[in-house]
Amino acid sequence: MSGRMTLPSGAAGARILGIGSSQPNTIVTNDDLAERVETSDEWIRDRVGIAERRIADADTTVVDMAVEAGGRALKDAGLTPSDIDTVIVATCTMPSPIPNAAAQTADRIGISAPGAFDLNAACAGFSYALGTASDLVRAGSARHALVIGAEKLSDWLDWQDRSTCIIFADGAGAAVVGAAGSDDRIGIGPVAWGSAGDLNQMIRIRTENNALFQEGQAVFRWATTKIAPVALRAIELAGLTPADIDVLIPHQANLRIVDSIAKRLRSKGAREDMRVADDIVHSGNTSSASIPLALDHMRAEGRVCSGDTLLLVGFGAGLSYASQVVVCP
Amino acid sequence: MADNAEILSGLAEIVEEVAGIDAADVSTEKSFVDDLDIDSLSMVEIAVQAEDKFGVKIPDDQLAELKTVGDAVSYIAKNK
Repeated sequence: MSGRMTLPSGAAGARILGIGSSQPNTIVTNDDLAERVETSDEWIRDRVGIAERRIADADTTVVDMAVEAGGRALKDAGLTPSDIDTVIVATCTMPSPIPNAAAQTADRIGISAPGAFDLNAACAGFSYALGTASDLVRAGSARHALVIGAEKLSDWLDWQDRSTCIIFADGAGAAVVGAAGSDDRIGIGPVAWGSAGDLNQMIRIRTENNALFQEGQAVFRWATTKIAPVALRAIELAGLTPADIDVLIPHQANLRIVDSIAKRLRSKGAREDMRVADDIVHSGNTSSASIPLALDHMRAEGRVCSGDTLLLVGFGAGLSYASQVVVCP
Repeated sequence: MADNAEILSGLAEIVEEVAGIDAADVSTEKSFVDDLDIDSLSMVEIAVQAEDKFGVKIPDDQLAELKTVGDAVSYIAKNK
């Protein structure tokens, strides 16, 4: 008779224990960009809502930013590197596909031999990774997972293309995920995710110049019509209603997309006083880093408080999208 | 079936809501871009709302052809 396998008992629920972020020091204003390409501060603010963005210098890597954000999240959670057994880095801007970011990020933080992998769901990456980490903790596969969204979009831009170089930026944001104790509220709701692979060419890296390209109008239409329903599904999966949401943190793609999603959610019962992330104004679009960056900044500003119910929704290249409700640590 | 005047007034309401332009200023001879100063993203929002309101499909390549309010009214009347 063969042996009988056993499974870990896992956790009833998962929650975010700490968050952190990292941004390059260099601020690039719209006026700075107007010196390089035909554009203006007014045009950029009007179309995408960005006033300035952070761009990493040539020597700063995706991993550098991931290490800093991850270390800060660990500290915020009150944990040490030895507490972490799983590291997921959501990124789509590593300089080459091998080696991955997660293993070296873990090593530099001082986390010994964790399960470590990268996850590419582009701008939806953080919500994908958070959903994965939550389920790993619930299943008992991970005790504490470090989830990081880290991007250096500036390496993948044509700085003469005014339709993209004004939008994208660099940065990293992180969260530590662990079990929700029996006396805690569940801290991470079920993920509502999906993809539209038939639209894969709408956002892509063009092989001719290794630069990001997007069909702006088509992406705008997709994001303003298809993403609010995903967020509503995440609310429903969590057993809540739109009125329960204290803070909406959509991927910071474009302030007009953010506003449109907020408006659609309010038309479905979200509160007028629901706070809405607008971190894009000073951070630009940092792909998978934008949601945790916005969360960390809003918490530092006192616009998000411990115990708040947050609705995260990421969307972007793939096309792919993911959303979940989380409780702020 | 709505006649052109009804389509125009419905469209003008959408333009007012999306772009903050007084519905009374939205007349058939006006160019969306040159006269009403509506940008490409607002045009998408207007198209999406018009699709819902009139039950038409306005794909992006068609949208680019709709230069004036009158063009949009005719397109909606023909395709609804």
